[in-house]
Amino acid sequence: MSLDVRLRTRLSPRFRLDVAFTAAPGTTIVFGASGSGKTTLLRSVAGLAATDEGRIAINDRVLLDVGARINVPPPGRRVGLVFQHLALFPHLTIAENIAYGLPRQPATKRDAQTTAIATSFGIAHLLAHRPAAVSGGERQRVGLARALVTDPEVLLLDEPLSALDHDTQSRIIADLRTWNERRRVPILYVTHSQREAFALGERVLLLRDGTIVADGTPDKVLNAPSHESVAQLAGFENLLDAVVIERRPDAGVMIVRLTGTATDLETPLTSFDAGDRIRVAIRAGDILIATERPHGLSARNVVPATIGGLARQGATVRLEASIGVPVEVHVTPTASADLDLRPHGNVWLVIKTHSCHPVSAV
Amino acid sequence: MDWTAIGLSVRLAAIVSGILLVIGLPIAYWLTFARSRWRFLFESIVALPLVLPPTVLGFYVLLALGSRSPIGRAWERWTGHGLAFTFEALVIASVLYSLPFAVQPIAASFAQIDRTLLEASATLGVGPLRTFLRVVLPLSLDGVLAGMVLTFAHTIGEFGVVLMVGGNLPGVTRTVSIAIYDDVQAFNFAAAHRTALLLLVFSFAALASVYAMMRKPWAVAPLS
Repeated sequence: MSLDVRLRTRLSPRFRLDVAFTAAPGTTIVFGASGSGKTTLLRSVAGLAATDEGRIAINDRVLLDVGARINVPPPGRRVGLVFQHLALFPHLTIAENIAYGLPRQPATKRDAQTTAIATSFGIAHLLAHRPAAVSGGERQRVGLARALVTDPEVLLLDEPLSALDHDTQSRIIADLRTWNERRRVPILYVTHSQREAFALGERVLLLRDGTIVADGTPDKVLNAPSHESVAQLAGFENLLDAVVIERRPDAGVMIVRLTGTATDLETPLTSFDAGDRIRVAIRAGDILIATERPHGLSARNVVPATIGGLARQGATVRLEASIGVPVEVHVTPTASADLDLRPHGNVWLVIKTHSCHPVSAV
Repeated sequence: MDWTAIGLSVRLAAIVSGILLVIGLPIAYWLTFARSRWRFLFESIVALPLVLPPTVLGFYVLLALGSRSPIGRAWERWTGHGLAFTFEALVIASVLYSLPFAVQPIAASFAQIDRTLLEASATLGVGPLRTFLRVVLPLSLDGVLAGMVLTFAHTIGEFGVVLMVGGNLPGVTRTVSIAIYDDVQAFNFAAAHRTALLLLVFSFAALASVYAMMRKPWAVAPLS
């Protein structure tokens, strides 16, 4: 089973969705900021949004071909969609919700199918309840079960886990993986959570302003940004303005100077030329802190810094350090306590060359 | 108390409510969900009886059903007698006159339904008719019930249209409001009072039950 999508739709005078891709069986993550067109893409595949131009097909089965005036209505598409807010039927029980899309067949057969999928999603004990009476995580499972029980040929998930805690997310992701190991249908999974992208995705499509700007494995797309929007989306807390000073092709590196400082950083060699204004993307968690200048270290970038402030956020201590420009650093609470980090203290920031990602400034 | 008139009014109101349930649901559905640019015109037509003097509506219905009109002639060929001043004419006129009282509460409750529920139903392979029966209708029962109660109460109390279209034939078109009018004309205030009080109590009970049924405050058009 594979899903072939080519779409071009003007949604407003300034916004246009223009995408073309083929999704193989397995999970394809659709990653992007809000307003990038993710939800519209899913709605178009499901047949809920109008399309100006394009073609959508599952294998040889054409769902939409604007040129040939084919437009299969949503009920005939066999495309499962789990809505961000689930859209469970409030007047029906969990059992009736799950069985809703099953074709007309003897009640015993329906009940058996409903119970089977409810059991595999751990919600069999809730079948007699209504949606309002169960928890958020359980509702999410009902939404998934309701879509999966109809055996869709393509599954579309619109941020289905965004409202849940990490433990519940992980368990549902595991359930979903198990389900699709047997079915092997293409799943388009919309999210803006890196965690979900890495946990689920075999491939990431990065959507920006309605077009696909990057396509590859989660590691490739989310760890090696070539464009600033990618870096912002992928959670690079630091985007530092810089100018390329020198290229050293033999060493595979280049030296950049942070704008407004005398600080030079070594980064991997890219296609930028000396003199180019760029940005350096650095994850806050990729920066080490030392209270004394370290020796005998492989890391090339050792920069003196002053701590501006510290704030604890869950299991992370967020540190604002200044190296002429502000830099965000994440350390663990124990590390922060061991090093006795305080505001106004002087420290050294240690950054590996390959943790500095040069991205285009525009 | 004129039990014949009361019985006639109840029979008329029951039939009109039944007919408006059948035709009100699809009209309300279309008004709520259609994307036609001409929807505002149909909304206006449906709401027209709310503002039109009953005599105007009654006058045009009388012309439309009279023996010179195509409808009146067809009816005469089919049944052997004229349509004007009959119970059937009363039913037709009352259906038109009570249309907004049935359609508007139903459409209001349709409009409150979360559209993603309908989209969810569609992506689960269920077509529009079954979606209507399994999602839309169950979630708007309060509006449908309110529409029926209002239609019934409004039909019981109507006067002008009945007078224009039905005349005043005891047992055929002499409804309860006309009976009150006749009693007053004949200075029979005691009888008029009894019937009027009954209508007052009934109308209040009907409105109270509608407000109790609607989960959200909803403006009820005045009963005429």
